[in-house]
Amino acid sequence: ISFGMITPSSNRDFSIQSPGHNVLPDGIDRTSDSFIRNSKEMESVISQLHSRIYQVTQGGGAEAIKRHRSRNKLLPRERIDRLLDSSSSFLELSQLAGHELYEESLPSGGIITGIGPVHGKLCMFIANDATVKGGTYYPITVKKHLRAQEIASKCRLPCIYLVDSGGAFLPKQAEVFPDKENFGRVFYNQAIMSSEGIPQIALVLGSCTAGGAYIPAMADESVMVKGNGTIFLAGPPLVKAAIGEEVSSEDLGGADVHCKVSGVSDYFAQDEIHALSIGRNIVKNLHMAGNEGHFGNLQGVVSDYKEPLYDVKELQSIAPTDLKQSFDIRSLIARVVDGSEFDEFKQLYGTTLVTGFGRILGQPVGIIGNNGVLFHESALKGAHFVELCCQRNIPLVFLQNITGFMVGSKSEANGIAKAGAKMVMAVSCAKVPKITIVIGGSFGAGNYAMCGRAYSPNFMFFWPNAKIGVMGGAQAAGVMSDIEKSKNKKKGIQWSKEEEEKSKAEFVEAYDRESSAYYSTARLWDDGVIDPADTRKIIGLCISASSNRTPETTRFGVFRM
Amino acid sequence: TDSRNSDKSNRKIEKLLIANRGEIACRIMRTAKRLGIQTVAVYSDADRHSLHVKSADEAVRIGPPPARSSYLNASSIIEAAVRTGAQAIHPGYGFLSENADFAQLCENKGFTFIGPPASAIREMGDKSASKRIMGAAGVPLVPGYHGHEQDIDVMKSEADKIGYPLLIKPTHGGGGKGMRIVESPKEFVDAFLGAQREAAASFGVNTILLEKYITRPRHIEVQVFGDKQGNVVYLYERDCSVQRRHQKIIEEAPAPDILSDFRSRLGQAAVSAAKAVGYHNAGTVEFIVDTLSGEFYFMEMNTRLQVEHPVTEMIVGQDLVEWQIRVANGESLPLGQSQIPISGHAFEARIYAENVPRGFLPATGVLEYYRPIPVSETVRVETGVEEGDTVSMHYDPMIAKLVVWGENRTSALIKLKDSLSKFQVAGLPTNIEFLYKLANHKAFENAELETHFIDRFKHDLFDSVSAESAYDNAKHSAALVAACICEKEHTLFNKSPPGGLSIWYTHPPFRPNLHATRTLELEWENDNLTLSITYLPNGNYLIKMGENTVEVTVTHLGDHDFRVEANGVTKNVNLATYFKDESEHIHIWHGLEHYEFRQKVGIDLIDNNNNIETHQHRNHESHSHPPGTVTAPMAGLVVKVLVENGTKVEEGQPMLVMEAMKMEHVLKAPTSGIVSGIKVTPGQQVSDNNVLFHVQTA
Repeated sequence: ISFGMITPSSNRDFSIQSPGHNVLPDGIDRTSDSFIRNSKEMESVISQLHSRIYQVTQGGGAEAIKRHRSRNKLLPRERIDRLLDSSSSFLELSQLAGHELYEESLPSGGIITGIGPVHGKLCMFIANDATVKGGTYYPITVKKHLRAQEIASKCRLPCIYLVDSGGAFLPKQAEVFPDKENFGRVFYNQAIMSSEGIPQIALVLGSCTAGGAYIPAMADESVMVKGNGTIFLAGPPLVKAAIGEEVSSEDLGGADVHCKVSGVSDYFAQDEIHALSIGRNIVKNLHMAGNEGHFGNLQGVVSDYKEPLYDVKELQSIAPTDLKQSFDIRSLIARVVDGSEFDEFKQLYGTTLVTGFGRILGQPVGIIGNNGVLFHESALKGAHFVELCCQRNIPLVFLQNITGFMVGSKSEANGIAKAGAKMVMAVSCAKVPKITIVIGGSFGAGNYAMCGRAYSPNFMFFWPNAKIGVMGGAQAAGVMSDIEKSKNKKKGIQWSKEEEEKSKAEFVEAYDRESSAYYSTARLWDDGVIDPADTRKIIGLCISASSNRTPETTRFGVFRM
Repeated sequence: TDSRNSDKSNRKIEKLLIANRGEIACRIMRTAKRLGIQTVAVYSDADRHSLHVKSADEAVRIGPPPARSSYLNASSIIEAAVRTGAQAIHPGYGFLSENADFAQLCENKGFTFIGPPASAIREMGDKSASKRIMGAAGVPLVPGYHGHEQDIDVMKSEADKIGYPLLIKPTHGGGGKGMRIVESPKEFVDAFLGAQREAAASFGVNTILLEKYITRPRHIEVQVFGDKQGNVVYLYERDCSVQRRHQKIIEEAPAPDILSDFRSRLGQAAVSAAKAVGYHNAGTVEFIVDTLSGEFYFMEMNTRLQVEHPVTEMIVGQDLVEWQIRVANGESLPLGQSQIPISGHAFEARIYAENVPRGFLPATGVLEYYRPIPVSETVRVETGVEEGDTVSMHYDPMIAKLVVWGENRTSALIKLKDSLSKFQVAGLPTNIEFLYKLANHKAFENAELETHFIDRFKHDLFDSVSAESAYDNAKHSAALVAACICEKEHTLFNKSPPGGLSIWYTHPPFRPNLHATRTLELEWENDNLTLSITYLPNGNYLIKMGENTVEVTVTHLGDHDFRVEANGVTKNVNLATYFKDESEHIHIWHGLEHYEFRQKVGIDLIDNNNNIETHQHRNHESHSHPPGTVTAPMAGLVVKVLVENGTKVEEGQPMLVMEAMKMEHVLKAPTSGIVSGIKVTPGQQVSDNNVLFHVQTA
């Protein structure tokens, strides 16, 4: 009789969906050749990443660190650790900035930046590394400083400047000083952020010379360390040369002068630890400063979330080292979203783009991932999905692995450029937080549609295996050698097969080098190279950091129909 | 009062006032409650919020903190009894317990005094008189002088007659106060005068007696009990030989290694002593046993319930406070001599707030963390304090009595040691570790008991661990502290993440491409320990200190309790932290280890609003004074300043007399030289570590 209870209608009751209906399958075949080969290759890619990171944590080297410590100074990451709430996470940005960028090494670009909580309030940290070229500003140092300010401004994060810098690196002044996005922009940003109610706090732990003097001077509140901290527009040698006055640097611009006489600084610290402790107190006393309707954007966040069902470490094996290999992006999404639960949107349409809703660390996200080249339909689907997320104020996560839009007469006639433009329009105008992770290729207009750097994602990270470029090296070499050949033909020069191959090979080599994740991150085309296993964690933290402000309303431009 | 008297003469006790404080007040109330008797506490202003007040049905304030204005203030106590309608007053021990006038006053006012008749107190309270009575009753006595003539020359010649070493003792009072041992004739005068002063201050009577000093004595005392019908029994003996500063710290019952014949001779002598003064209620007859000759001599009779009465209760299975109340009600003794059982062995260890390395000086302070061991059928903790209470300079600094029972001495001793190792107090120095060392000593295990036990084995008891291994153990403990602190923060933040940012406080804390690390700086005694902690992906902590690295797994069981694995050993760890003297104090207990660390100020551990102030003041209170500076070893009252600025003194010369906890302490010149900078005058109250004066070497 009890069997009679089961009726067709109860089978079709969708108000109660069985848990797990939206759970993604594992999606990887651990016995396949490609999986095994990839795992092996990624192992060395990741160990290379870790050894490069280890290198930069050594700052300016053992000698410089020893000298630094002998002045009772902490290293920049140690300073940050002591400012942060203990046991809290810290999202360091662009650890490999400046990597093989200049003839001399410039670990982390000579400045450490990142986000972490102080007294439960997320702050942006910008800390000079005085062990690296005396903390002076190279062009990349300026760029990294400005990028951190840009993020702080966008996410409304209080800025804490840990100043210990000799100012601009004079030999490169032409690339550091004059232009719009150069050193002067640092102070401009401070002024604008302060005007927007985003607190600006400076801890003067070392020198603050010349232009650098304006960092504490422009700050809302500043702290100086007795003995180590100095602020002056011109140091003792320059003063002597200019006006003949002989004065020690402590008397010229030490903590005593600035806290007791000039008023350039507000808090007098006995030593560095004390200064950091005062810094924490300043943040504590910010109360709601800088918050605009905090938590407004956190609606829908659950604190009790599930971990993915599958090992996130396996992302290291999913990451393609050979970009020609294809894999199902869902196996990656299954290792990023809570409980591996993903509600896919338009699953059967434009299948080379996967779109859908999920949560990361309890936070709702809309995910857009590539599953092949972008077709007309995929682009339309992408634009549609971005519109949905904007309307619902759901942060967007782009998982980029794209060689570009489909080419060919059929595609052009179908209006691929028009479809692509719709997606680029949607992505450009979207005001929800956007996080881009480049997991494989980032080529051509695919980079645009998938929220490349030019589309101002709040955060953008590279997997170490990822590549970026206008097109692949081989294709570019082919195009270039065709052009060369036709030029030569006009001039009547015969190009030997060998010469052509040699030229092509050189071209490919240059392209490969310039398209590597390290080449990108060294120049700050992104916010860092990450271990694939950390992807979920980092996206979660980025969304959290981006949720510190009231949502903005998106207004789209004219979609070409 | 007459009507009250007649009205109450036949009435049984229904409401009892306890004219005492601390553990004994709590202990008496416990029995009273069990018997359905209502309780009234009295308290001084210092004790307004103390446990004995909370435990009573009613409580009455009797005066300001000094004992003479409160717990020794007989009229206030009587008034409290009148106001609350109590029929009886239990004096506990100390304070008015052996004050015959008070006992008499109670009876006169119509209250039952729970104790012996005033006459017995009076007779036994006068040490000289009591010895005469005992001598007449045939109780053996130590050779000595108990005369009224107190002239210093007479005393000196009597002393020379008895011979040295010699004991000087006030005729009134007890607890070792005012007692002096004189090794040679030339020390006699100073010691005699000091004893007189202290006796006057403590008991208001300054008569002194002299006695032969027995070199290898055991202190064995017999618990007696009498009823108003004239029956007296003995409840066997206690051995209280292990003493410091002439005060008992570990007591046991029965006395080990005595024959049953000796036991009954001792018991009979005690009963005779009690009968000689018409005793009823609880009393203790103290004997000194000369271990060399096997003779025993009458010392004195304590006409009260003693501190160490629980060890007797444990071996006879009786509640002596109940006996006291029943006898006071006029009932006969519950058991006759032959019915009194004796079973197993019991120890009592007295846990004091005191500074063991500084010669057991009493300590004061706040019980920032107090976790006595769990009690059971065989483990008792008699305590009158709670966490957060202050041990003040006004009263006895005893924190608790730990009482254990076992089938035999060996099993009881094992239990005692286990209990001591788990008894946790932080915030003030205690003697717990010292008690453990005592209990753990081979000679104690072998019951080689004598009153000089501590002095005889002081080398073992004070420096049992080498400095080097202590340092290594401290470092290991510091590593465990570091791991536990991190883990505790994790649970705290997990429960209530600051700013609601739960995902920023995960465990381990996240760093892209790196492991999160942190540095912890701890001070241990005079060493600075720098610990570098790495949060490992598996949730463990890698802790580095110099060359040493240890990986620690921690489970936070709750509040102060952790389960920790390090170097392949898993164990329970307890942690207590509090702020004091502008720094954070961290205590750790694990196994037999207990270490205290202070955290360098600066960045706060868990939000500390005062860290700026902490930091700025940290150099002001330097603990090192220039050489030749003499500081107060404890809080107390300056009684006498024996020198002036400019006085030339020899090393070791007495310079100043302080009184604390009713004990006199003589401060001596640290070096020979000229006195300067005297900062105190007689009658002035000083705090622990206050600078008193300097001695400049010439």
